[in-house]
Amino acid sequence: MREATYNEQVTDGTMNIKETNPISHAVSEPHPHVHRDDIGSKLGMWLFLFTEILLFGGLFILYMAYRFQYSEAFHIAARDLNVNIGTLNTIILLTSSLTMALSIAAIQKGKRILSMTLIASTIAFAAAFMVNKYFEWGAKFAHGIYPGSSHLLEKEKGEIIFFGLYYSMTGLHGIHVMVGIILLSIMFVSVWRGKTNPDKFIILENSGLYWHLVDLIWIFLFPLFYLIH
Amino acid sequence: MEITHTHSKSHTGYGGYVLIWLILIGLTVLTVSVSGIDFGNATLPLALLIATIKSVLVINIFMHIKHEDKIFRLFIGVALLILIVAFVFTAFDVFFR
Repeated sequence: MREATYNEQVTDGTMNIKETNPISHAVSEPHPHVHRDDIGSKLGMWLFLFTEILLFGGLFILYMAYRFQYSEAFHIAARDLNVNIGTLNTIILLTSSLTMALSIAAIQKGKRILSMTLIASTIAFAAAFMVNKYFEWGAKFAHGIYPGSSHLLEKEKGEIIFFGLYYSMTGLHGIHVMVGIILLSIMFVSVWRGKTNPDKFIILENSGLYWHLVDLIWIFLFPLFYLIH
Repeated sequence: MEITHTHSKSHTGYGGYVLIWLILIGLTVLTVSVSGIDFGNATLPLALLIATIKSVLVINIFMHIKHEDKIFRLFIGVALLILIVAFVFTAFDVFFR
């Protein structure tokens, strides 16, 4: 039953677009031509994402080289990381990706309030991720493990490098999460004010692409740092 | 209003996204539980394989690439190729020095 109503809505939505298009055409005649290219916009976003992939890719190459060189030390150092917090954060980020994807599906179907709720949930999950990160890093700092600390510098070279990579890579990722929070907050307001609507939601889609990339990077960071025993 | 309407077709439904999310959570649980077992040299490739499967799901479904123009797949392919080349050449240098 639910399936049926849902399908009806979808067909209704497309019908509406097709029907209103020629009309809005006629109405918009006197107005200047507004050029819009959603595919081009999305391609541009992807090009930006590629620069992000190369940015993190460079760090992953560094990780590969040092892990090969200091394999033993990496295994020892990784024991200090909290697998539970790492797993929890992975699940939080995956769930935030789900709410992000759903918010776009919702706006496409014209469900503005639902879309806003889902964007707000995504922001909440992102914030939860950062709170966990705060406690995780806080615990490390309390144990004297932070870049340049005397306790860390006493350790073996490979372990120092492991934590150097850990802090720079998860730190850079954390910055991306915070940027995501700002971006999604702007999107929330945009949907609220109707600037992002069922007819024009490319900016929300592009924000979604960014957010999923942040998730993608974490998908690789998590096993490479937390799951080596 | 705008003249061009280059809307992407309606992507996956709510249910489809939830299903993919469940699979992603399942793969996360799998990779964590498997990490406790020692597979020797296969441990790292196995973790990377699971991460790759998760990425493919995120890119295809959440990032809509499955429903997007072919040009997107071409772009992503080229970008990944460049990344792989960087990895492979560095690996040759580091591993066989």
